[in-house]
Amino acid sequence: MIGRLIVVVLVVLVAPLLGALLNGADRIVTARMQGRIGPPLLQPLYDLLKLFRKEPVVLNRIQIGYVYLHLAFMLMTIVLITLGQDMLLALFTHAFSTLSLVIGGMSVRSPYSRIGSQRKIMQMLAYEPVLILLVVGIYLRTGSFMAGAVAHLDAPLITSLPLVFLAFLVALEIKLEKSPFDVATAHHAHQELVKGITLEYAGPYLGIIELTHFYETFFLLALVTAFFVTHVWLGVLVALAVYGAAILVDNVCARMRTTWMVRYMWTVPMALAVCNIIWLYLQPHAGR
Amino acid sequence: MAFDIHSMLAKSPWFVHYNCNSCNGCDIELLACLTPLYDLERFGILHVGNPKHADILIVTGSVNHRNARVLKNIYAQLPLPHVVVALGVCSSSGGVFAGSYNILGGVDKVIPVDVFVPGCPPRPEAMIDGLVQAAGILRAKSAGAATVPAAKPTITVTPSPAPQEPHAA
Repeated sequence: MIGRLIVVVLVVLVAPLLGALLNGADRIVTARMQGRIGPPLLQPLYDLLKLFRKEPVVLNRIQIGYVYLHLAFMLMTIVLITLGQDMLLALFTHAFSTLSLVIGGMSVRSPYSRIGSQRKIMQMLAYEPVLILLVVGIYLRTGSFMAGAVAHLDAPLITSLPLVFLAFLVALEIKLEKSPFDVATAHHAHQELVKGITLEYAGPYLGIIELTHFYETFFLLALVTAFFVTHVWLGVLVALAVYGAAILVDNVCARMRTTWMVRYMWTVPMALAVCNIIWLYLQPHAGR
Repeated sequence: MAFDIHSMLAKSPWFVHYNCNSCNGCDIELLACLTPLYDLERFGILHVGNPKHADILIVTGSVNHRNARVLKNIYAQLPLPHVVVALGVCSSSGGVFAGSYNILGGVDKVIPVDVFVPGCPPRPEAMIDGLVQAAGILRAKSAGAATVPAAKPTITVTPSPAPQEPHAA
């Protein structure tokens, strides 16, 4: 019991640091791809600490409440996965974390914030089915919705869920707000969106959203690692490679339309994932 | 080395940019600072489109009666601590438009200015210098130190004499 508590505390403390470092590396790699030098590796941490030093500007209290919920449910997702608990529950707490941000963005009058929130809903519509199929695939493989069951597999998940893994990589690109899917709160869409869903947050509240983003980056890459659970170090390497590929795609793609994103996600990655699930379902050992 | 939370403000100053009827010369030079040649992001400086996320307000252009109200509004939306940089000679004194009937002549007529960067347009090196100064002021403001508003640049464009009223025939 004490051991598990220590692990949870460690993950909760270390995850944002790793997330921040990954985001710092992202900014450097992006800068190098554009022929620039880029900021220091610790820049996301500097940004975060700066935001917590700034004056908290509050438009309405409801909006602020949802920022805290955004962080709290992301933390809950990470704790659930760390403890090997129900993956469906983790999936929905993760969705509620995103939804909190959407409701917060909708609770202000700014049209840009609302456009960003609506696009975030479209993003959820695009990637959530893939995540659900991922959990279904893990269930068919392990016979349990518990995340802990993955650890007892004799062969890594990637051998039975290769197409779901590919579909998940596309969903990852949406979750990380990378081009061509960075429609809700793009860093590069001033003219079109200003800052989208995070527009009306200032100072510490924007900092909490950034912090949640660090947690989320860690969580998503931990999911990538979970596909290689019998070879954790290989999984970590693959997760880093996947993150690098996401940055590359971000830099070579333009931002596409929201409707295109939904159409694309519901055809190519969904078809991949569904094929994989059907194949897995026809296996003699499936779901038992 | 002691950890100084106030230095975080100097390490990540995000700026928002407002054009108070500038001719776009300063604006284009400012955007040039973000390109690979000058790369402002080296200093953690980001261009944001939203005053609520910004630490530095960069104003270009001679302010006129119509956009002074907008400038005040944007200034009011900056969370504390914040710094105002007046970029270009127009935002220092009105530049070649000084004395014109619709020109207020300088950002400091409307909001307090912390750094003036004169020039028509200033070179990107001068702009980067001004922004780094602004980052230092930001840090001082975060630490609670008193900062003085910048003095108007002394070497600037002398306004040409106002044209004589034509005599009634």
